[in-house]
Amino acid sequence: MRFMYIVTSPQPAVGPTPELLEAMHKLADREIKAGRMLDNGGLMPVQMGAQVRVKDGKLSVIDGPFVEAKEVVGGYAIFELRDKEEAVAMAKEFMQLHLDHMIGWEGTCELRAFAGP
Amino acid sequence: MTAADIHHAILAAWRIEQPRLITGLSRMLRDVPLAEELTQDALVAALEHWPATGIPEKPGAWLMATAKRRALDHLRRARMLARKSQMVALELEAEQQAMPDLDAALDDDIGDELLRLIFTACHPLLSREGRVALALRMICGLTTGEIARAFLVPDATIAQRIVRAKRTLSESGLAYETPSGAALSERLAAVLEVVYLIFNEGYTAARGEHWQRPQLCQEALRLGRVLTSIAPHEPEAHGLLALMELNASRTAARTDADGEPILMLDQNRALWDQLRIRRGMLALGRARELGGAGGFYALQAAIIACHVQARGAAETDWPRISGLYAELAALVPSPVIELNRAVAVGMTEGPEAALEIVDRLVHEPALKTYHLVGSVRGDLLYKLGRFDEACAAFEAAAELAANKRERDLLKRRAANAADAAISPS
Repeated sequence: MRFMYIVTSPQPAVGPTPELLEAMHKLADREIKAGRMLDNGGLMPVQMGAQVRVKDGKLSVIDGPFVEAKEVVGGYAIFELRDKEEAVAMAKEFMQLHLDHMIGWEGTCELRAFAGP
Repeated sequence: MTAADIHHAILAAWRIEQPRLITGLSRMLRDVPLAEELTQDALVAALEHWPATGIPEKPGAWLMATAKRRALDHLRRARMLARKSQMVALELEAEQQAMPDLDAALDDDIGDELLRLIFTACHPLLSREGRVALALRMICGLTTGEIARAFLVPDATIAQRIVRAKRTLSESGLAYETPSGAALSERLAAVLEVVYLIFNEGYTAARGEHWQRPQLCQEALRLGRVLTSIAPHEPEAHGLLALMELNASRTAARTDADGEPILMLDQNRALWDQLRIRRGMLALGRARELGGAGGFYALQAAIIACHVQARGAAETDWPRISGLYAELAALVPSPVIELNRAVAVGMTEGPEAALEIVDRLVHEPALKTYHLVGSVRGDLLYKLGRFDEACAAFEAAAELAANKRERDLLKRRAANAADAAISPS
């Protein structure tokens, strides 16, 4: 089953510490070699992004930063794993890295299975 | 949580750690069969203790500590046996301090060890079934039960295959081999064969009720990804991955609501998984970049790519497919490949030309029990309006088909041919 992992944390967002970056890189390397991680990426800060919204029958473009947003997406990963239990176990290991290498950081890793076959 | 849920969760937590565990232990002990055993021991220990204590916050650390204790025990015992005649307490003390550092071993890049593991599991000295079982166990972390269910054999059969394979490795001094350089390319063929076998077993199950066993395909795909990431310069690794991704892309379209097989040319192409197709085409591209366009797997992938790139069955580039099969046949003379080439020739030049090829093939001893010969022959005869002969061919093929779904399909085609014979148009 394919899973999407989306990591969010409250604004203002701080980038990962060098230790966390290294730890995540090691984990990613291991998981790619083990044939389980298909893709991953850290995202540039919200200031550099944009949102295109549909509301009240209109389209609007808003440049970052997005002051009303409580949480920002920091990064994502796509894994191919056996089932939801494995996906949760993997996410726990990933988030444990944040506990270990970035004291005080708070955030969420949401995992969702891909729809379809 | 039920006992089954807990069991499931423990297994999942162990499986996440399994690659790191087995590669670390393998590196530390320089003994692949032993590393595999200790990895399994760690699972047994987890299944024993965690239902009561709950899954630890850092399951990896717990498992590694358990495996390390057992590893050290084993090493100590081995050294004691070696030094039975000279039991010097001081020496043992000094040795304890010199014990290899498991933590460091675990943190190292797993790429090299995975390479070693996969090549060890697929060693030509082992029986093919032994290789398959060991690869699924060591690289994919499947349990004996899971492997047994995948191949529709009893648990004990798989357990035996694994024990035998490990014993062969230990006794032949292959417990810790490093494949390298030229030897690696040669040995790669044996590895790819195992992966291909696993994929095909899942893709078109040889026996049993279900036509596809998706989990096996997933494990084979995973093995394929492992290979391309740890042996990125081997074109055939990319070729095989391409072939598997492109075949797997059709999973949703291959069976109808009742689980009956739908032939490729009749499939709803909107259901083909475009992400898999993209990945397959990328892998095929890499194989070609590496100069491997004429490889065994790359050629097969190229054939599937022809199908995948056709918007509909009618747009299929059959002449190109014929040519690719001819290349393949030149590479690996095989009546099965020739049979497939006949199908392509049939689409390009008409059923007469194809039947000429197939009629030559029916005498091939290798194809005596191959049900697809009769299936192809039946199809060609049907197209030529020779309905009675078509019916007979389909019936004979149905007898040979070991998979119930395929058998039913062939019987239906025989019935259709019989009907057509009675009411000729």
